Amino acid sequence: MAGIVGYGVHIPIYRIKVEDIAKVWSEDAESIKKGLNIREKSVPGKDEDAATIAVEAARRAIRHAGIDATELGALYAGSESHPYAVKPTATVVSAGIEAGNKLMVADLEFACKAGTAGMQMIMGLIDSGMIRYGMAIGTDTSQGRPGDALEYTASAGGAAFILGKDKNGIIANVVKTVSFTSDTPDFWRREGASFPSHGGRFTGEPGYFRHITGATKLLFEETGMKPSDFDYAVFHQPNGKFPKMVAAQLGFTEKQIERGLMTPIIGNTYSGSSLIGLAATLDVAKPGQKILVTSFGSGAGSDSFAIEVTDNIDSKRKNLEKVMDIVERHKTYIDYSAYLKNRGSIRKT
Amino acid sequence: MRDVAIVGVGLTRFGERWNSGLKELMAEAGLAALEDASVSSRDVEMLYGGTMASGKFVGQEHTAALMADQLGFSNIPAVRIENACASGGSALRQGYIAVASGIHDVVVVGGVEKMTDVTASEATTALGGAGDQEWELFQGITFPGLYALIAKRHMFEYGTTEEQMASVAVKNHENACKNQFAQFRKSLTVDEVMRSKVVSDPLKLLDCSPISDGAAAVVLAPLETAKKYNDTPIKIMASAQASDTLRLADREKLTELKATKLAAQNAYKQAKVTAKDIDVVEVHDCFTIAEILAMEDLGIYQKGKAAKAIADGETALNGKVSVNTSGGLKGCGHPVGATGVKQAAEIVWQLRGEAKDRQVKDAEIGMTHNVGGSGATAVVHIYKRAD
Amino acid sequence: MERSSSSLWRKIRARYNLVGNVCENCSTAYFPPRIVCRKCGRKSKMEEKRFNGDGEIFSFTKIRVPPDTFKDEAPYFIGIIKLKEGPMVEGHIIDNGVEPEIGGKVRAQFRKMYVEGDEGLIYYHYKFEPL
Repeated sequence: MAGIVGYGVHIPIYRIKVEDIAKVWSEDAESIKKGLNIREKSVPGKDEDAATIAVEAARRAIRHAGIDATELGALYAGSESHPYAVKPTATVVSAGIEAGNKLMVADLEFACKAGTAGMQMIMGLIDSGMIRYGMAIGTDTSQGRPGDALEYTASAGGAAFILGKDKNGIIANVVKTVSFTSDTPDFWRREGASFPSHGGRFTGEPGYFRHITGATKLLFEETGMKPSDFDYAVFHQPNGKFPKMVAAQLGFTEKQIERGLMTPIIGNTYSGSSLIGLAATLDVAKPGQKILVTSFGSGAGSDSFAIEVTDNIDSKRKNLEKVMDIVERHKTYIDYSAYLKNRGSIRKT
Repeated sequence: MRDVAIVGVGLTRFGERWNSGLKELMAEAGLAALEDASVSSRDVEMLYGGTMASGKFVGQEHTAALMADQLGFSNIPAVRIENACASGGSALRQGYIAVASGIHDVVVVGGVEKMTDVTASEATTALGGAGDQEWELFQGITFPGLYALIAKRHMFEYGTTEEQMASVAVKNHENACKNQFAQFRKSLTVDEVMRSKVVSDPLKLLDCSPISDGAAAVVLAPLETAKKYNDTPIKIMASAQASDTLRLADREKLTELKATKLAAQNAYKQAKVTAKDIDVVEVHDCFTIAEILAMEDLGIYQKGKAAKAIADGETALNGKVSVNTSGGLKGCGHPVGATGVKQAAEIVWQLRGEAKDRQVKDAEIGMTHNVGGSGATAVVHIYKRAD
Repeated sequence: MERSSSSLWRKIRARYNLVGNVCENCSTAYFPPRIVCRKCGRKSKMEEKRFNGDGEIFSFTKIRVPPDTFKDEAPYFIGIIKLKEGPMVEGHIIDNGVEPEIGGKVRAQFRKMYVEGDEGLIYYHYKFEPL
């Protein structure tokens, strides 16, 4: 089966603290921080969007993989904040990495799991022999309605994964992937609407928990694996609390999910969320270790992956920019008014 | 080649001319020049009109024919010259060539710009077209921005200070106070310049020439018959021009305008004079740093030495060399298409001894220096009294 | 300003990835790309070259009074960057908290240069980030 040959992450340098958002809405920052297990979130610069984040992540992935961008046979960009409603983000990315013209390209949207859906599609193309390498991207500059609970978590970032079949280049094999899907109206955004709407507490049990446990248990059934077979686990991270709860429900320890749990320090990067968690885990993983990844996208569905790290991982790290380094790089705190200005939310007319 | 003389000059007051449009400005300056030269509209054989961005400023192109029409020049040939802020100087050079070649006898060179009908940011955009549109203006790089890049590097390489740059504005305002045509008849202090709003650091608002309306015109004739029109014709001893890259980053050196250097060297050669012989010069001080560059690139000071000399007063009225007695672009105003022609008018008055309060004593040889864009065009003329 | 689908499209490789060229006749590298080598004129032999985006600040300024198309972006840093491979390039310097200085190292990043209102095109471009 296809495996991961390289990956790259991009997270904007700006951060806003929970305290600064809570102050505006007269909310109690401490209880929000505790309740959502989040301290701060990333915020895009005025000149960043899902496409620019995707390009930066994709360039890092190309460097890490050590391939030429023209070797990519397919590129899928998953996002719920594509800069254009019509005109693909993925074409901007393919031009942004000089991938040439001979590749299959499309945008995907499946709330927070469009990136992992792209990985499955790329795997299919590779395993069928249609392409040699493909790139799947999850990227977002997600928006929370001002004053909504989502405002504390909705952040910006992205990850690009290059998959291939080349034995010498694969740093981690995808042993198995399955999905669990249903029509569940937990979270949505209509065409033309600036902000998403959601079903409040309904997003929890029938949404996030049902699908993540559904996909993960299906993966266990089909592989015969169990939580203790994995060294690490990464679950979609809409906040810092849900992944801990779902891990406990499924029988994983806190230690297994600790490494990939990024939301407390960068927020929920939506399509980037589980992929950035996987990248942070691969940054430290050793040959032979096994990683479980289960994404979740509202609407709703989960993709679950069983991944096994190969011996190549160490030697390939020379061209790797690690997630934690990217998180810390030029980190700059902004206040709520700068945050509004960055997002273009201050009306001048 | 025949020798060419300026036999008449005319100017409008520069500034915010709310009552005057393009046509009124052209007519006012043109009439004044005709009167000064005692020529009738019917005597004029050819017109060169310098205008930079009338299309952007007032939606009007085809301005040379318009000017000929407004001045009653019936059906003579008229050509617009657009060379950014050097449009006026370039038009003068074309007029000079037309008379020197023997093709025409009486040629009018006009320059005009009507800039105040648009907002400051629209004007900034229009002027931005003098640089490389695709790689400068496209990225929001303004003209103050380009000169700021030069200034920052000049400071880095030669230790030029912001106070020294400010002293250029102070000197030019001092001169402008004595010029009835000037936009700013008001003196300035270094401190006022330093405290003015930063436009593009290190350049502040009072380091920048203003947005102005205005027009200028000169009448050219063969030197041999010049006395027919004017008792004190001014001979054009040299007319030189050079170009450089539009894009600032492509220059060989960021701290010099090579086009100025080349045009000046050529002009000195034509006139058989050196920089030391120049008594009075109008240089292109679109920004204070530009006057410092000009003094160096014209060879009046060594590279890196001009800023201090200016701050020390060496280039003030009746100093070692009198620079920008009109007030320059900074004090007199900078209606871009008119500037190069206005510079010639100022030197004519100086050499005739008609510059009143701002008269340079015993001025014999004068020079004008007109720059387009961030230095992609430079035009240098040298003049001498011919009576 | 020259903004249109076609003017955006024909500059994509240069604006996204610093694709310039080099004259094979005299080895002078150019960005933006040129048809005619400034040194070789008619003898020029231009070949495409992609610059890697590493360079250092040769000069810089912060623009506070922008053209009308950039009025929502000001203030912003502009620099002349000397690319590692030779050419001088004008571009935005991203404000990442590292104060620009002459000689400071930068690297090209992929950013939005200009967005045409709510309904128009998005112009992506290189910008330089201080390291």
